[in-house]
Amino acid sequence: MTLLAPDASTRMSLAAAKGRSLWDDAGRRLLRNKAAVASMVILGLLVLAAVVGPFLLPFAYDQVDKEDVWMAPLSAGHLLGSDALGRDLLVRLLVGLRVSLAIGFVATLVSLVIGVAWGAVAGYVGGKVDEVMMRFVDVLYSLPFIFFVILLTVTFGSNIVLIFVAIGAVEWLTMSRIVRGQTLALKNKEFIEAARAAGLGRAAIIARHIVPNLLGPVVVYVTLTIPAVILAESFLSFLGLGVQPPMASLGALIAGGASDMELAPWLLVFPSLVMVLTLMCFNFIGDGLRDAIDPKDR
Amino acid sequence: MLRFIGRRLLVAIPTLFLVITAAFFMMRAAPGSPFDGDRKLLPEIEANVLAQYGMDKPLVEQYANYLVGVAQGDLGPSLKYRDKTVLDILQENYRVSLTLGLSAIVIASIVGVSLGVMAALRQNGTTDHVVMAVAILGVCIPTFVTAPLLVLAIASKLGWLPTAGWNDGALANMVLPVTVLALPQIAIISRLTRAGMIEVLHANYIRTARAKGLPEGLIVRKHALRAALLPLVSYLGPACAGLITGSLVVEKIFNLPGLGKFFVISALQRDYTVVMGMVIVYAALILALNLVADLLLAAMDPRVRLA
Repeated sequence: MTLLAPDASTRMSLAAAKGRSLWDDAGRRLLRNKAAVASMVILGLLVLAAVVGPFLLPFAYDQVDKEDVWMAPLSAGHLLGSDALGRDLLVRLLVGLRVSLAIGFVATLVSLVIGVAWGAVAGYVGGKVDEVMMRFVDVLYSLPFIFFVILLTVTFGSNIVLIFVAIGAVEWLTMSRIVRGQTLALKNKEFIEAARAAGLGRAAIIARHIVPNLLGPVVVYVTLTIPAVILAESFLSFLGLGVQPPMASLGALIAGGASDMELAPWLLVFPSLVMVLTLMCFNFIGDGLRDAIDPKDR
Repeated sequence: MLRFIGRRLLVAIPTLFLVITAAFFMMRAAPGSPFDGDRKLLPEIEANVLAQYGMDKPLVEQYANYLVGVAQGDLGPSLKYRDKTVLDILQENYRVSLTLGLSAIVIASIVGVSLGVMAALRQNGTTDHVVMAVAILGVCIPTFVTAPLLVLAIASKLGWLPTAGWNDGALANMVLPVTVLALPQIAIISRLTRAGMIEVLHANYIRTARAKGLPEGLIVRKHALRAALLPLVSYLGPACAGLITGSLVVEKIFNLPGLGKFFVISALQRDYTVVMGMVIVYAALILALNLVADLLLAAMDPRVRLA
């Protein structure tokens, strides 16, 4: 009888233990990681500047000014200087960052949707379906995909929507592998069996037990995909195949800066700095998240 | 072994077939004709030109012809350089890219492995932290940032090295491009080596070797390194893909007469057949290198079963 009626102290410890979920723990571990926290703060400021900044500046990103060409940084009005057409570098940099981040987020979303759907179906259904679906991924995996993106932009001309879709369609492969592997591993775990034995329905098992465990690696991979996408877009823009002038992106600005660097090194240095800073922030957050969500690896 | 190679080739062929098919139909789906120039061609002339390139036939027939051509090693004529075939262009330009790529991968392996081993032996020490910081930077700074910045600092301002050009492969002209290509690979290789070394150094057989009283240097070189380098071998394929992508940027910035530069120019000029041909060649190259990497891995690691 005493076994069925726990005393007050055990009931209290149960209540105390209930207060910390998987995500509470992960959040606490993440906040202890200084590099990740600093990266989140910096990235937050960068996103804010990219979204709001251009509205606060007295210039438009494509505003040509014949009087103010090749202005050095810190000169009147142009905090970061201006380019060969007298366009303000700061506003172009912020707009370029906005374009790069937008492509990063949207293309990652595309890859997330395709990858999770593909991987979860393959993992859950299993058998022949799984084999065919994953063999397809294997085949695509062995292709030099950046060349296909180039081929796409060559044949259809470069517009931003195409770049979104093309890069997103390239990046889903790894996501689908991760999701499938995770689904397979979870499907036969004891705690899933226990939940089933306890009478939980299929939907409840997926929602409460599979998805939270699936979410960890997916979130980590998403934060690592965004910089990869930004890199891919910048790579295309640098080669002249991505975002077209007067529109700016980080890659397009670096390409422009590289061709004018003898005359105006600031046109190269500032976009490069922002690019590296952005990529580093995402990488540190991704690493921090991985350590926080998956403590097994530590 | 032979069965494994045969099986892998059986997978590689459909993959290549897919590449060729995708490349062909993407090109044909492109709006406009590749012969649209500044002046509009007379209808009769345009019909003639199209007939000359076999583009007046039904699409399926063109596709079949292209497939047969590729199977025989004929990638068709260039559309912009009227007297050259795609193969001519590949032959004229591959040497520079090959030299750059090979030098970069050799240097990256030597430097990356040394750094990785040094970091692993002093895990959590200063050397380790410095190497890992450099590795993170190497991964986060793309080639199209390092290349112009290095040119600006070392070639333009300091004048130590030429800013661009090939100059028949003179050493001074190769230093910067090879460095730029090798840096990201050094970062990845040192991380892989460090992780592999740390894992292996905890293995039982290393403890046995230590218990036997073998000198530490011998243990590291003969026992640990061999096992720790295995992940590197499987990285060979992706590394070469990375080098090929990097070469597009490097050859453009340093104005080197290689395949990468030609690929970008052809892409910008919409020289469809050249772009297609190069995509196919690159895909075949990467497939072949992945196969070589798998075979090497199996030869080096008896635990790997070829199946």
